[in-house]
Amino acid sequence: MALEHASGDKRFKILEVHMKKHQFRHDALIEILHKAQELFGYLEDDLLLFVSYKLKLPPSRVYGVATFYHFFTLKPKGEHTCVVCMGTACYVKGADKVIGAVQEHLKIKAGETTADNNVSLLTARCIGACGIAPAVVYDGSVTPRQSPESALEHINKWVAK
Amino acid sequence: MAAKTLTIDGKSITAEEGATVLQVAEEAGIKIPTLCHLEGIYDVGACRLCLVEVVGVPKLLPACATKVAEGMEINTDSERLRKYRRMTLELLFAERNHVCAVCVSNGHCELQTMAYSLGMDHVRYEYLFPKWGVDTTQRLFGMDHNRCILCTRCVRVCWHIEGAGTKNVSGRGTKSHIITDLNMPWGESVSCTQCGKCVQACPTGALFHKGSTAGEMERDRGKLEFLVTAREKHQWVVAV
Repeated sequence: MALEHASGDKRFKILEVHMKKHQFRHDALIEILHKAQELFGYLEDDLLLFVSYKLKLPPSRVYGVATFYHFFTLKPKGEHTCVVCMGTACYVKGADKVIGAVQEHLKIKAGETTADNNVSLLTARCIGACGIAPAVVYDGSVTPRQSPESALEHINKWVAK
Repeated sequence: MAAKTLTIDGKSITAEEGATVLQVAEEAGIKIPTLCHLEGIYDVGACRLCLVEVVGVPKLLPACATKVAEGMEINTDSERLRKYRRMTLELLFAERNHVCAVCVSNGHCELQTMAYSLGMDHVRYEYLFPKWGVDTTQRLFGMDHNRCILCTRCVRVCWHIEGAGTKNVSGRGTKSHIITDLNMPWGESVSCTQCGKCVQACPTGALFHKGSTAGEMERDRGKLEFLVTAREKHQWVVAV
């Protein structure tokens, strides 16, 4: 009989079904964390404890893995996300200038979210789109050949709303 | 098990298959400097101090994590190795706030001893001076992250000997640090059994018994070896 999470939140149940699909295997931890983040948007302590309890893994291991990988976030993301690729190709094509301009404009650093919870600014280590460098991912859609101007234009569309 | 023949520093040696270069060298009386290696627990090759030269391999290999092979020619001491070992050590010092004079492990510290033995008289790199805290929430022990070199001995004894898995490493790069459970104060940890094996394993003054002051923290590594021998071989070797 599957244990229900105390909160009664259905997403925990969906997550548990996913774990069952992986037979609660220890080496499925990363896949489970992916699913958890997809369902909840970010990994809060309570969620990590749930995963650790269900997979029968020490909480320290789950936390270690969740903080090691760039993809996982332990803080809630903003309404919109802007991921600037900082891979080698994008970097030499001026990704540093793009991120610099966005940071200055939004008054936040990479990895942070604006105070009004509107925009999260993130970086990635090569998203595999080197041919269209520098690439920026706005709300999940990869956009080619960005400049500080085009990036600010894109972000201002979100800020205006 | 098949025997392998190899040479270390020109000395020809026969070793069992599956043994590491470090084990074989030690048996032959050849000392290789180590920091993250601890007798009784598995090796991870984290500190890079045991790097050795293998003829025919362009890069340096960690002796603790390299298995012996037939016909291997190994050098454990050369100008190049000394240069890299000093560099590694200096980077370890520059990475956190190691102040020997006020450290609980002053005089009994493996990092300090290593710096003396490798002739490290100054650090050529800019110190990072990171702002790390001290966790004294635990009843018996304390953890000063400023003195941690991330050798992960504490993580491995907790995992391998005690079996609790209370400690682990969080983050990456300069943000890496040792955590307790979900990065909570040690005193609030549910899984910690307060056995103190991590404190016995620590090479520096990062983990200490509460109440010890500068230079007072001494460790008993024999306790760990005693436990491993008892668990794995069912031999309780109590030194009289």
